[in-house]
Amino acid sequence: MTVVLEPNRAEANYWRSIWRFRELMFFLSWRDVSVRYKQTVIGVTWVLLRPLLTMLIFVAFRRMVGLRANEAPEAILVFAAVLPWQLFSTALSEASGSLISNSNLITKVYFPRLIIPIAAVATALVDFLVTLAILALLMLWEGYAPGWQVLLLPIFVVLTLCLASGFGLLLAALNVKYRDFRYVVPFIVQFGLFISPIAFKTQDVPEQWRLLYSMNPIVGIIDGFRWCILRGDVPLEWFTLACSFLVTALCVWLGLAYFRRVERGFADVI
Amino acid sequence: MSELAVRIDGLGKKYRVRHQRAGYTALRDVIAEKVGNLFTRNATTSNSTYEDFWALKDVSFEIRRGEAIGVIGRNGAGKSTLLKILSQITEPSAGRIELDGRVASLLEVGTGFHPELTGRENIYLNGAILGMSRAEIRRKFDEIVAFAEVERFLDTPVKHFSSGMYVRLAFGVAAHLETEILIVDEVLAVGDVEFQKKCLGKMSEVAQGGRTVLFVSHNMGAIRRLTERCILLEKGRVRADTSSQEAIDLYVKESGAGWANGTFVRPASRPADAPFFVERVTTRPSLDEGPVSTFDCDQPIVICIDYNATRRVHGLYAYMTLTRADGTVVYEGDSRDIRVNPFDSMGAGQSRLVVKIPPRILGPGTYQIYLSFSSVSDSYGNQIDSPGIVGEFHLDDTATPRGNHRNGYLSTILDWSLRPVSNDTRELIDQ
Repeated sequence: MTVVLEPNRAEANYWRSIWRFRELMFFLSWRDVSVRYKQTVIGVTWVLLRPLLTMLIFVAFRRMVGLRANEAPEAILVFAAVLPWQLFSTALSEASGSLISNSNLITKVYFPRLIIPIAAVATALVDFLVTLAILALLMLWEGYAPGWQVLLLPIFVVLTLCLASGFGLLLAALNVKYRDFRYVVPFIVQFGLFISPIAFKTQDVPEQWRLLYSMNPIVGIIDGFRWCILRGDVPLEWFTLACSFLVTALCVWLGLAYFRRVERGFADVI
Repeated sequence: MSELAVRIDGLGKKYRVRHQRAGYTALRDVIAEKVGNLFTRNATTSNSTYEDFWALKDVSFEIRRGEAIGVIGRNGAGKSTLLKILSQITEPSAGRIELDGRVASLLEVGTGFHPELTGRENIYLNGAILGMSRAEIRRKFDEIVAFAEVERFLDTPVKHFSSGMYVRLAFGVAAHLETEILIVDEVLAVGDVEFQKKCLGKMSEVAQGGRTVLFVSHNMGAIRRLTERCILLEKGRVRADTSSQEAIDLYVKESGAGWANGTFVRPASRPADAPFFVERVTTRPSLDEGPVSTFDCDQPIVICIDYNATRRVHGLYAYMTLTRADGTVVYEGDSRDIRVNPFDSMGAGQSRLVVKIPPRILGPGTYQIYLSFSSVSDSYGNQIDSPGIVGEFHLDDTATPRGNHRNGYLSTILDWSLRPVSNDTRELIDQ
């Protein structure tokens, strides 16, 4: 196996390399998850508290504003949106900062750099699985059983991961050269919290804004999650779903292309 | 499978050095600059100028399968850049490299070690980072732990390890990499003398085991022991590609701030709060003569260490080792060996420590002098000043027929004599 190194020559076996280093992806993810909970007292409980508290705050907000939910218990309605939002925002935040926080690896060891942000997204997935378990308990407590739609939930999980990854790759690569971008991510997350249907339903949005509003890819994802979990009682519009898929595909393509292009210069700039 | 493991042709690496801005690039500055450019006629940017700096230029050489070569050169000569490119961490700017076989690089000891994880966990993590599969690590786990001698502490977080244990563990993982090509950058310079010997031994095993190895080190003894061929880099270019001995001699001769002609001028700058700092070291045949680097076995070697002290350092003592070309430490001692440590009556200001090596003790050959100054009781700490390897001197034995062919470590002239033996005493002996 001969490897040739030349200026501006993309690595011929990039994807094969990624496969070869797949265990490293697991190790980096495992490292981040383990370290997070070492030497903490409430560490593990924080993963449980965060989504529950978020959900409670939103339910309180709804009561305050006077929004009604007839289709399903309010707690589950909100939690069903908190779930994907948390996955997306955590995955995005972790992925976009991952290259900088692993700069010591980038300057000293070789492996396909794509592994780093992907491992970060995997770490967010672990949190998601815990939160999913909480949802199951919540539904058990409310006595609310899901319908056949819940079997399609994995599709939307994958969609969320793709969106977060694509966006995350783009931001991670940009962040290496232009450090401003680390301020962009918290802003996106904050802004997104307001324009995404977490506290409200898509149906609550007035008709004239609906088109623009649907351009936000998270809308389709959250609606999808709600549709799956709430037995299809909350409708899922084809248009929003199509928008989500399209924007996600665009993000993934853009993120991947940009990342691969500037990857070679990371060690020099970081 | 070809004969060559590594083929480098016309390699160059260029960095763009920007004069003006210190700190990170902010997008707003880039945008502001570009917008500014729209309004100015000239192409020259207002705030910064660029300079192309070639860290490596026109480097070409080949390494055959199973060969172990050294790469030496001053700091800034391009050694680390060369290794980074070979390890695929950074991209060449010009030229072409062909690598036949998988490459594992040791550019730093303990890459990716996380202080919160235990020794066991870090072995797996570090191994994975260096390219080993989980199965491979599991297979070699016991060997690694035995090499590093940390059995008892496997389940303690690494942040509680002493620096020695840390380094042993890190090196232990790295030493068991099993790729066809291995690149090692100065990692042999870690740990105490015992450990360095162990590392050297392991590297020697690796080199002789048929793997292709590339060593970078400042430790000439290690280079001489581990490699037969050496590349000398100077300012990014290949200055020499010859036998290790020749390359090292050339390097030593060329080093301005090195130990040319018996004089060593300290290249580092003095830390601001250091109470004691060695400035110059010279080797002479006697105090009245000038510095030289070659001596006869019949001559004493007077080592003059010129230092500057801002105040008296309590409990200060000087520590010195003499090491042969093959890495053996032939002498170790410190200034407390004599009844009265000369530093007990030291004062502030510039002064000179004189150490005399009597004639006819050390055998012919080349020796490296290592110096360090420590104290157990001073407020500055234990390590007062560590000049490290300050010089080399060469001994020739011209006075005896055996001369420079003498093996062993000593050149002591023993007392050989013939004595007659009387009949009575012979009977006593025969009984």
